[in-house]
Amino acid sequence: MPESIVITSGKGGVGKTTTTANIGTALAQLGHKVVVIDGDTGLRNLDVLMGLENRIVYTLLDYFEGRCKLKQALIKDKRLPHLCLLPTAQTRDKNDISTDQMIGLIEELKKEFDYILIDSPAGIEQGFENSVAAADSAIIVVNPEVTSVRDADRVIGKLDSKGIENHKVIINRLNYEMTENGEMLNVEDILEILSVKLLGIVPDDRNITISTNRGEPIVTVEGSLAGTAFINIAKRITGEEVPLLNLKPEELGFFGKISKLFKKK
Amino acid sequence: MDIFSFFKKKSGSKDTAKDRLKLILMHDRGDVSPELLENIKNDILEVLRKYVEIDIDQELDLQITQTESEFGSVPALVANIPIRKKK
Repeated sequence: MPESIVITSGKGGVGKTTTTANIGTALAQLGHKVVVIDGDTGLRNLDVLMGLENRIVYTLLDYFEGRCKLKQALIKDKRLPHLCLLPTAQTRDKNDISTDQMIGLIEELKKEFDYILIDSPAGIEQGFENSVAAADSAIIVVNPEVTSVRDADRVIGKLDSKGIENHKVIINRLNYEMTENGEMLNVEDILEILSVKLLGIVPDDRNITISTNRGEPIVTVEGSLAGTAFINIAKRITGEEVPLLNLKPEELGFFGKISKLFKKK
Repeated sequence: MDIFSFFKKKSGSKDTAKDRLKLILMHDRGDVSPELLENIKNDILEVLRKYVEIDIDQELDLQITQTESEFGSVPALVANIPIRKKK
C-alpha cells in the first residue's frame, strides 16, 4: 500500500528538507518508488539539496493550473531511477495552493509511487495545512533545543487534532559529547517531554554541509554517521527493525584524551 | 577550561533547559488566557455559593499546573477555595 508521509517541525532550520532528501533517496536506494514533494512554495530548497535545481521546467503550480501534465512536472533523480522530485514554484505564494488540490495530487501520485514524502515548510499556516492535508503519517524533525522542542509540541498538537496519530520524531543534530556533559537535552528528555515515539537519531555531522554544498544527499556518501542514521530511518519506515546507531565516538585512550584537551577552544 | 569545571560532571545547562521547557509547554498546552481563568473562577464561585459560604476575604487561588496521568503529563486546573461553613 502506498504511503504519504509529511516531514514537519514547526520551527525553521531544524533539517526538514535535509531529512526529506535523505530519507527519500535512501528509500529509493532500497528499491522503492519514491516521490519527494517540495511544500515550501516561495522558498523552495529541496531541488538544491538533491542537485536538481537546473532541471526544473514545470512546477506544482503549473500542474494545478493546467499548464502541464503531472508527468511533466516530475523530475527524475540523477542517480536513482525510481526517485522523483516534484518541485514547487519559487515566485508564488503558499496561499496559491489549496488543501483540496493537495489531496487530489497525492491520490494521483499513489497510483505511481510507493512512498510520497512531503517536505512541509516552517510555520503552521497554509503551507503546513497543505502539506499535512493528505498525509497518512508524519515525521517531526526536532533539534535538542528548547525552541525546537517547544515548536514540535505545538505541531504534534495540530497533527493530533487533524487525526494524524501516526507520528514519530527524528532527533536531528544531536551532539553526543554535549549530551554526555549534560549541556544538551538528551533523547530521553525529549521523548519524555513530547511523549512521542522515536523514529531515529541523527548526529550533528559536518559532512552534511559538505553534501549540501555538492547537492548530493549524505546517504549517497559512504561511511558517514549521519548518512547511516538516515538509511536506518528509511529501513524503519519500511517496517524493518534496526537498532539505534551507537553515536559514542571511539575511545581515544589516555593520550588521545590529553591531546584532545589541548585541541579544544 | 578551568580546573573546577573539569571535575564537575553532569551538572550542565540541560536541566535548566528541561525545566524551562516544561514550564513553557505547560502554558502552551493549556492555552488558557487570564480572562478565561477569571471567568472560570467566577463561575465556580457562583456554583459554590449555592451550597457553602466562601471566605471572600482570603485570596482565591486558581492556577493551571501540571499533573501526571496515564497519557503522561497533562495540564490541571487547581483551585484552593477556603470555605467558612456549610449553608
